Amino acid sequence: MTIAEKILAAHAGLDSVEPGQLVEVDVDFALGNDITAPIAIKIFRQAGVNTVFDREKIALVSDHFVPNKDIMSAEQARLLREFAAEQGIVHHYDGGESGVEHVLLPEKGLVLPGDVVIGADSHTCTYGALGTFATGVGSTDLAATMMTGKIWFKVPESIKFVYKGKLRPWVGGKDLILYTIGDIGVDGALYMAMEFTGPVIDSMSMAGRFTMSNMAIEAGGKVGLVNPDDTTSDYVTDRAVRDFTLYRSDEDARYAKVIEYDCTEIEPQVACPHLPENTKGISEVENVPLDQVVIGSCTNGRLEDLALAADVISGRRVSKGLRLIVLPTTPTVYIQALEKGFLTTFLNAGAVIGPPTCGPCLGGHMGVLAKGERALATTNRNFVGRMGHPESEVYLANPAIAAASAVLGRIGSPEEL
Amino acid sequence: MKIKGKVWKFGKNIDTDVIIPARYLNTSDPAELAKHCMEDADPDFSKKIKPGDIIVAGKNFGCGSSREHAPIALKAAGIGCVIAPSFARIFYRNAFNMGLPIFECDETVDALGEGDEVAVDADTGEIRDLTTGDVFMAQPIPPFMQELISDGGLIPHVLKSL
Repeated sequence: MTIAEKILAAHAGLDSVEPGQLVEVDVDFALGNDITAPIAIKIFRQAGVNTVFDREKIALVSDHFVPNKDIMSAEQARLLREFAAEQGIVHHYDGGESGVEHVLLPEKGLVLPGDVVIGADSHTCTYGALGTFATGVGSTDLAATMMTGKIWFKVPESIKFVYKGKLRPWVGGKDLILYTIGDIGVDGALYMAMEFTGPVIDSMSMAGRFTMSNMAIEAGGKVGLVNPDDTTSDYVTDRAVRDFTLYRSDEDARYAKVIEYDCTEIEPQVACPHLPENTKGISEVENVPLDQVVIGSCTNGRLEDLALAADVISGRRVSKGLRLIVLPTTPTVYIQALEKGFLTTFLNAGAVIGPPTCGPCLGGHMGVLAKGERALATTNRNFVGRMGHPESEVYLANPAIAAASAVLGRIGSPEEL
Repeated sequence: MKIKGKVWKFGKNIDTDVIIPARYLNTSDPAELAKHCMEDADPDFSKKIKPGDIIVAGKNFGCGSSREHAPIALKAAGIGCVIAPSFARIFYRNAFNMGLPIFECDETVDALGEGDEVAVDADTGEIRDLTTGDVFMAQPIPPFMQELISDGGLIPHVLKSL
């Protein structure tokens, strides 16, 4: 069996499962945010159920439109606060304790290898990097899971991606996943489990793996899994709040497809408007002047990402007329970036440092684009109007490209500085 | 279950930010969301459509966010059903859970014309273009799912049986 099949079988109480099989599974952890949880809470109350299935296995994270961007957002965040108090939900994050959910929950050891995790947020697939069967669902499914602790799934087919060769300078997890999406398309893994393997993944840090799993949904994937190893154990051992199990795909596991990439040939990637599949190597991107650069998000706002960007921008200035916005994703990432001097580096370069929030990634606040403006972001989506006005444009890239582009005033590489 | 209305055509990979832009997600009120449905693709869409009208789109409709606000907005705007060759998986599940009928059909995106009058029969999966007389077939929606849709979605359906 594949890792996806093993985790689902274990949670369905079965010895084995096959692609296409419908199973009901126990959920180890469920989450919602200030946009999606309000609907789930209303449904929960409408259903007349008194208590959630387990108050320690649900997270409510206010991260999208906080600090409250307007009165209606404030009401949504308040609804989470009230529901958490009423139900005694242990993991409610708000104010100075909150951060971008998909960085915050792994950091706190709440989502673990071998778990089934559902979240009313499409980027819940991020936790696949830990060897977790984690997937996004709608608010109704979240409400049902909050009541029962269970959910049904169709066991997905798996595609195995094998990354071989040696990474070029300035190439990381973001570039590999953008390259993959560019190759298979935004529905190339529709309904399927993506499994990231090979020597390049074996030697990749957790930060890089999280970035790759995070964008599985951008290829239509249900989950984006990495087989857990020593890197995984080192990350989770001191954080884990529960026991966990490391499942790995069998040698003879069956895949719908196996796709191999020689990473030696992959340069830093840029996804051009208006789909993540519109990827180009950085050398193929012509002169694209920028109005804004954003470094942050559940895709690339971890300490390692900020370190990379700070290294590139150190001693340099943001191009006149361009806004660089840096958003550390959690309070811990923020403190570490502060202590290591990254934030001073960014401020000296002329950046704006924002609080941990999803904010501009979805055109919410803290960096919305005007008509005709163009941004490069380390985020995950470049759909029409994603960061603001429907006639604005978003390009996606890694943190080193983002930092270099902020200095150059156009899309470019650190090699050009 | 029968759906009849005018066709509004859209391309492939229509994402949830087009269906309902995130800037309007500070509410989950269906009437409010309906006003902004498909706004970034067609600013006057919600004003132009009539109840029962049908969206015919290309593959991977509903890709992107897990926001249930997307099928809520479409349904509240009066859309009778969506027909596309394929749907993004979270949207697929959310659509039925919200009581919005959707049909998978490969041919309609090329064959049906903008503004055509179309009748869809959920019992048989028949999609009939009343303007041209052409007929296409999608998977029918089984009776229990039709009941779920008629009840207004998964939760009203479940509550009815409790």
